[in-house]
Amino acid sequence: MKYLKTIAEACIGCNACMSVCSKLYFKEDNPEKSAIRVTPAADGSYTLSACDQCRACIAECPTQAISVNRLGVVLINRALCINCLACVAACPTDTMMTWRGGLVPFKCIACDACAKECPTGALKIEVKED
Amino acid sequence: MSANEAKHDIEKIRQAHKVLKEFTYELKPVVKGYNDRTLYINLATLEIKEKPVPALMKKKFIGGKGYDLKLLWDAVSGDTRWDSPENEICIATGPIAGNTNYPGSGKSLVTTISPQTGIPIDSNVGGHFGPYLKFSGFDAMEIQGKADRDVLIYIDGNQGKVQIMEAPLEATDSHVVAEQLHEMFAASEREKQHISVVSAGRGSEHAWIGCLNFSYWDKRRKLPRLKQAGRGGIGTVFRNKKIKAMVVKYSGLTGKSNNPVDMETLQKTGLKLHKEIIAHDEKQCQMRTIGTAHLVEIMNDYDLLPTKNFRFGSHPDAKNLASWVWKEMFTQNVPDGCWFGCTMSCAHGIDNFELRTGPYKGHKVLVDGPEYETVGGCGSNPAIFDPKAVVEINFYCDTYGLDTISFGTITGFVMDCYENGILNSERCGGLEMTWGNWEAALEMMHQIARGEKFGLIAGKGIKFMQEYFAREYGADARFLKDIGMHGKGLEQSEYQSKESLAQQGGYYLTNKGPQHDEAWLIFMDMVNNQIPTFEKKAEALHYFPMFRTWFGLMGLCKLPWNDIEPADNAKYPEPNKVPEHVQNYVDIYNAITGEKIDKEELIRQSERVYNFQRVFNLKMGHGKRVEDYPPYRAMGPVTVEEYESRAERYDKALKEKQNIDPTGKSTEEKITLLRQYREAQYESLIDAVFKRRGWSPEGVPTVEHLKEIGMDLPEVIELVRKHL
Repeated sequence: MKYLKTIAEACIGCNACMSVCSKLYFKEDNPEKSAIRVTPAADGSYTLSACDQCRACIAECPTQAISVNRLGVVLINRALCINCLACVAACPTDTMMTWRGGLVPFKCIACDACAKECPTGALKIEVKED
Repeated sequence: MSANEAKHDIEKIRQAHKVLKEFTYELKPVVKGYNDRTLYINLATLEIKEKPVPALMKKKFIGGKGYDLKLLWDAVSGDTRWDSPENEICIATGPIAGNTNYPGSGKSLVTTISPQTGIPIDSNVGGHFGPYLKFSGFDAMEIQGKADRDVLIYIDGNQGKVQIMEAPLEATDSHVVAEQLHEMFAASEREKQHISVVSAGRGSEHAWIGCLNFSYWDKRRKLPRLKQAGRGGIGTVFRNKKIKAMVVKYSGLTGKSNNPVDMETLQKTGLKLHKEIIAHDEKQCQMRTIGTAHLVEIMNDYDLLPTKNFRFGSHPDAKNLASWVWKEMFTQNVPDGCWFGCTMSCAHGIDNFELRTGPYKGHKVLVDGPEYETVGGCGSNPAIFDPKAVVEINFYCDTYGLDTISFGTITGFVMDCYENGILNSERCGGLEMTWGNWEAALEMMHQIARGEKFGLIAGKGIKFMQEYFAREYGADARFLKDIGMHGKGLEQSEYQSKESLAQQGGYYLTNKGPQHDEAWLIFMDMVNNQIPTFEKKAEALHYFPMFRTWFGLMGLCKLPWNDIEPADNAKYPEPNKVPEHVQNYVDIYNAITGEKIDKEELIRQSERVYNFQRVFNLKMGHGKRVEDYPPYRAMGPVTVEEYESRAERYDKALKEKQNIDPTGKSTEEKITLLRQYREAQYESLIDAVFKRRGWSPEGVPTVEHLKEIGMDLPEVIELVRKHL
């Protein structure tokens, strides 16, 4: 499956990834609307979180609004979603995202936009076995 | 049957429909959880209309069961009986119902004048009908009058259309008619999810314990699931009105369908509970994998699992019905919620179950359940310890439209009467109703469905049978009274209350009869001794029935309140109330409606409706202290066998509580002494509870109390004055 690999040690906290992601999908520069999250720690390091396409959310969805495409990427069908956020709660990596006021959750779909923007190579699109 | 043949059948059924009346209405969005209108249908006159909800009704009755009871009160007189044309079936949701964020928010409340009790019954049921009715434009619907032929009621919530149509060819049994109607009214496979069907079954045509099945479409199984408004014979009234089924169709559901004033709080509170459930359910109640059936071995261990018509509370073979047995049999598990967004997901089922008896013998069917009450009622209580037999009884109860709790408690009673020589094979329509004889129990149910032989008697319930056996067979009426597990005519649900005085009150000091949805106090009382005095028991028998009534006003399920608890719940004062979850309810109510209630006002909202229901019982010629007593078997040992099976416990009770030395006394003497004490204790309990509830010693709400809580409608005050 295709997924976004994160290498936290390489992150310098420039937040370019969050900026490009939210601009691409929400047309605004807003970290709350980014599917990749950079969280600084007290020791100066960073945590990177994005969906690893584990599929735990799929089983939880009551309307079968979440499915996997042929590349192994987990996608949400907005037309079927009834906004219950059960998938958000079920996500073991806390990477099924929501924003205040938003109804449909969103997530990383391994599109590569952030990885291309990352100046240090902390983000890479890779493929792993299902 | 091939897919083409099935489609041909559906077409034939559809073509036989003849629209008798059509009503169109203006589509409007729900605002802050309310439509502020209800739907009225009269099957005799074919009148269909919408009714505005007056401001006073909204303020005093809030929604759900409150709306149902108000509509029903206005429709009936004190002379109305269950089969009177003016009797209604009312179905309502509530302001919180239908939200997809907070688990357990999809319940419908159903009321009618019960064939079993003659007073209002209310039942809380899952499935999608109620929420879809709400988003179609109605906070409640009432159905009055009787059709002269089988009819179907169709509500199209996207078109703004209600139809009554002749429905001669649909099946009556629920698992068939639900599938037929999901197929018929959905234009595509995807649309099946937007349909919900309400139906009863052929058992409801002959028994007084008929239930309603509310469907929802299970997308993964590609079949309709059935949830039951089980108690008190609502299905019986449904078929008496010649309703074959009701269908609602609504698409367009979103998290904002209630138009809440504060979506963010609703989402945040719901997400918090989702996370709590997913993190802790496996360690707590295992609702997501086993559901309420996880209780079986716990109840057995505490001597609370009814066996042999509530003689005992445990049995060595109960392991055959334990949670791990059901876990093995259940298929799918998650998501198994009966409304969208319920991560508690407790509505489990068994796929491809091959039936061994009855008209569907050999069919492989989907069975919804069993849940704990069905296992206790239809399994341990009649001493049926074959899990497959319990599943089959569960299936036929559902599809015939029979309440599994009443059927189970009835079967235990019949077997007890059989063993005591009151009944025999001849009197039972050729059946040998011995303990554990599951084939006989099922055949008794098939007799009910066919409307023949002993089924016609058993299906009318324990109260009817007590009178019948005394009159026709000269049976000892006092003994029948002692062992007949019903109150007000409704069969008791499946917990032993012998050693918990508070639970005896929790069952029998109730508005509708002994159902555990008002209060379940056994652990607080018997195991943890947290409410040792009459005053403390009375306080619990005030708070919990009022709190739990609120679920019925809202269209909520009780289970996400305390079948999951925050990890640190025990640290807080009064952990039995699950204070964080109470605050969740206050928060989501305020978030949807824009009101600003607190947890005290929450109780006050319930108190108004609870007292109104008590007064409604008075209106129907019941509702006084004399009807609030349990059969003695719910309080202590009736027979020598029962006493001696737990002699150490009862001897100790005589010594410690009554200061009586049991040495040298016969068992009969000891039974009498214990009984005198326990019955006196119960009298004191009633006194304390009635006082706490603001009722007279006869159980009539006082004028002062009704004024204090704001349920002082002129017709209510006028009625109670006659009884004070």
